[in-house]
Amino acid sequence: MAEYETHEYDVLVIGAGGAGLRAAIEAAGQGVSVGMVCKSLLGKAHTVMAEGGIAAALANVDDRDNWRVHFADTMRGGQYVNNWRMAELHAKEAPGCVRELEAWGALFDRTEDGRILQRNFGGHRYPRLAHVGDRTGLEMIRTLQDRGIHQGMHVHMEHAIITLLKDGDRVSGALGYDRERGRFRLFKAAAVVLATGGIGRAYRINSNSWEYTGDGNSLAYHAGAALMDMEFVQFHPTGMVWPPGVRGILVTEGVRGEGGVLTNKEGRRFMFDDIPENYRSQTADTEEEGWRYTQGDKSARRPPELLTRDHVARCIVREVREGRGSPHGGVFLDIAWIKERLPNAPEHIKRKLPSMYHQFKQLADIDITQHPMEVGPTTHYMMGGVKVDGDTQMSTVPGLFAAGECAAGLHGANRLGGNSLSDLLVFGKRAGHYAADFAKQNGAGRVDGGEVERAARKALEPFERGTASGDGPYQIQHALQEAMQDLVGIVRKEDEMLRALEVITALRERSRKVGVSGNREYNPGWHTALDLESLLTVSEAITRAAIERKESRGAQFREDCPGKDKACDKIHILIQKGAQGEMLVTRQPIPEMPAELKQIIEEMG
Amino acid sequence: MTQTATFKIWRGDAQGGEFKDYSTTVTEGMVVLDALHQIQADSANDLAVRWNCKAGRCGSCSAEVNGTPKLTCMTRLSQLNLDDPVRVEPMKTFPLIKDLVTDVAWNFETKRRIKKFKPRPPDADGRYRMAQEDVDRVQEFRKCIECFLCQDVCHVLREHHMQGQFIGPRLLVYTAALEMHPLDIENRLPDLKNSEGIGLCNITKCCTKVCPEDIRITDNAIIPLKERVVDQFYDPIRRLFRVLRK
Repeated sequence: MAEYETHEYDVLVIGAGGAGLRAAIEAAGQGVSVGMVCKSLLGKAHTVMAEGGIAAALANVDDRDNWRVHFADTMRGGQYVNNWRMAELHAKEAPGCVRELEAWGALFDRTEDGRILQRNFGGHRYPRLAHVGDRTGLEMIRTLQDRGIHQGMHVHMEHAIITLLKDGDRVSGALGYDRERGRFRLFKAAAVVLATGGIGRAYRINSNSWEYTGDGNSLAYHAGAALMDMEFVQFHPTGMVWPPGVRGILVTEGVRGEGGVLTNKEGRRFMFDDIPENYRSQTADTEEEGWRYTQGDKSARRPPELLTRDHVARCIVREVREGRGSPHGGVFLDIAWIKERLPNAPEHIKRKLPSMYHQFKQLADIDITQHPMEVGPTTHYMMGGVKVDGDTQMSTVPGLFAAGECAAGLHGANRLGGNSLSDLLVFGKRAGHYAADFAKQNGAGRVDGGEVERAARKALEPFERGTASGDGPYQIQHALQEAMQDLVGIVRKEDEMLRALEVITALRERSRKVGVSGNREYNPGWHTALDLESLLTVSEAITRAAIERKESRGAQFREDCPGKDKACDKIHILIQKGAQGEMLVTRQPIPEMPAELKQIIEEMG
Repeated sequence: MTQTATFKIWRGDAQGGEFKDYSTTVTEGMVVLDALHQIQADSANDLAVRWNCKAGRCGSCSAEVNGTPKLTCMTRLSQLNLDDPVRVEPMKTFPLIKDLVTDVAWNFETKRRIKKFKPRPPDADGRYRMAQEDVDRVQEFRKCIECFLCQDVCHVLREHHMQGQFIGPRLLVYTAALEMHPLDIENRLPDLKNSEGIGLCNITKCCTKVCPEDIRITDNAIIPLKERVVDQFYDPIRRLFRVLRK
């Protein structure tokens, strides 16, 4: 019999990034008891890495902006397969959420008249991102963290969840372990909010930390919830490419927002060579016009470097493939050139992009005020995830909610920069609110002791097998990352993806034989072994969904189906666990959009 | 530039332990954390290391490298002498959990005791207006990534173990950020003087030297706070002046 400590809460929040913290604050504000579990220390979640800003139509810098424009931009960026209700709520509620954050102590950069300053970003028609230099994520997570600790919630730092528990159809809790001592913890909860972030660790080149193994998606899937649009994985166009140890670390889109340009080894601004039809009327014709746009000229249109991330990433891949890349397999991103246009350009760059300056100086010996950076695509963000109701954020399992990156819908086929932080605030708040409601109305469910016992015993199996048995956990993880990178990456083909499924199946077999050394205390080898289940589940889901969507749209680019397919115009791809444990893939029509929203899209093009 | 380097890594827990030698291949641009990860994947799966962002933004991977408190993700191997073994050990000020991981919970618990942000009412239209220069003044403090290297190096905590009387440089920076926040109207000076022990800092500036964010902890946060405390509690002329001015 496994031993475990039991904690009981009305609402259990899994994950302590922006969405988890915002959900916990909201639920605690409703007067219910709230427990929060996070794999790292508080305040270290990936929200801290967000650089650009929070997208919200405050209209402080350009008074032509409003929620309708933001809604249209989000839908266009997502190639119209977004959950339109979420895109609507997000655009309407983001400004209020930013002001709320300010009232809790967040300090944003200011306009001349003292209001919140907003900056340009890819795919946003007007300057829309509330920001603090290039460390907006840190400002946000610290503000939420400091607000949260005074709200009476209980935070279990360095705990991981291995399974959700159910009472009939509904969720009733979760079983996890504390990473420090390796002891099991049973969390009984009337409602559970998943806020576990992304899946970046499924790929070799990624901008994510060890935590982003798709736990929320996997936990929800195994609990019977539907996943949606898992084929849409965002490859951010600008990650570092050199030196090898930092490959994949993010270079903020803010560099391009401040006037940075992308060039190939011939010095050509290749982004002018391929401008998609639906963005042509919004894109600058000349380099001169693009520069004026970045400097706030309202009559100018944005430079092609600020097209959507999916497109920019593919253009970079094209340049590299056709032999026009930089020495280490990327392209050049140059902000130093603005010294031709601005007095004191080096000081200006250091003030606007301090973290980038610091990052390149320390990790790559490059002074970005003097020299171009080398950049290339990096796995960055998961648009797909747990299918949720747009208003309540409840999944298809009663009492199980999801918010932020691990939920699907808002971003459709491609997320706009800046729409992530606002997503965390708007839908973290909603998930917290409705989870508290659910807990009040339904009370606690029953927990099945047998289910807990089975999950705990399974989690300890790697110790019983020991290291003599076969592969180590890291070897399996690396093999999976290689396969996903090579076979289900930026450019996809059906035969390669079918091969990926075979690799995943073989790795799943091997993962069942993984053994670990040492004891249960703070043992990363064991933790990695337990994370493999999540990584394999999300990798299979991504691959199956990508095979099912036989077209290219947003982040999904199929070399064997390069155009859009009419049949895929209005569908989501759903992934669910079948009765025999097999992964089921189905197509689900996107509900008809109300006339009011349709009209906005027609007007704004 | 491929060579092999030796790392002397502390292995053990609160009960005891020892330095163990590990060899690993060094490639261009590597940082200490890369080496730790290679060793972990190849020969020490259970080596306990905290990390997250690997870009100096989250402050998780703090340790002592050749005796100096550092973020291991920002410490380039090219800056170290690899002819000798590189010594990597946990932060000394905090109780050891295992290997390079220490129990830093005290920092989180102590932070909760500091009076929280209390804003003035908003302007008539419900918005806040602030000047950029007022915002700039506190941004330096809000850059803090909570790596706790300053707490690790502070001799009041490290050698004198006065955790009960002194909140340490990180939390003084946190207090300074609140006290100088353009909207904040709380008064934290009595707590600073009494329970938070600002007087115990004797401005040796060790904290400033190890800060990976280059926050001028002593000059810009601690000394101004000390001055405010002195103004409020010890300066009779200024107090009299303030009374007369009212």
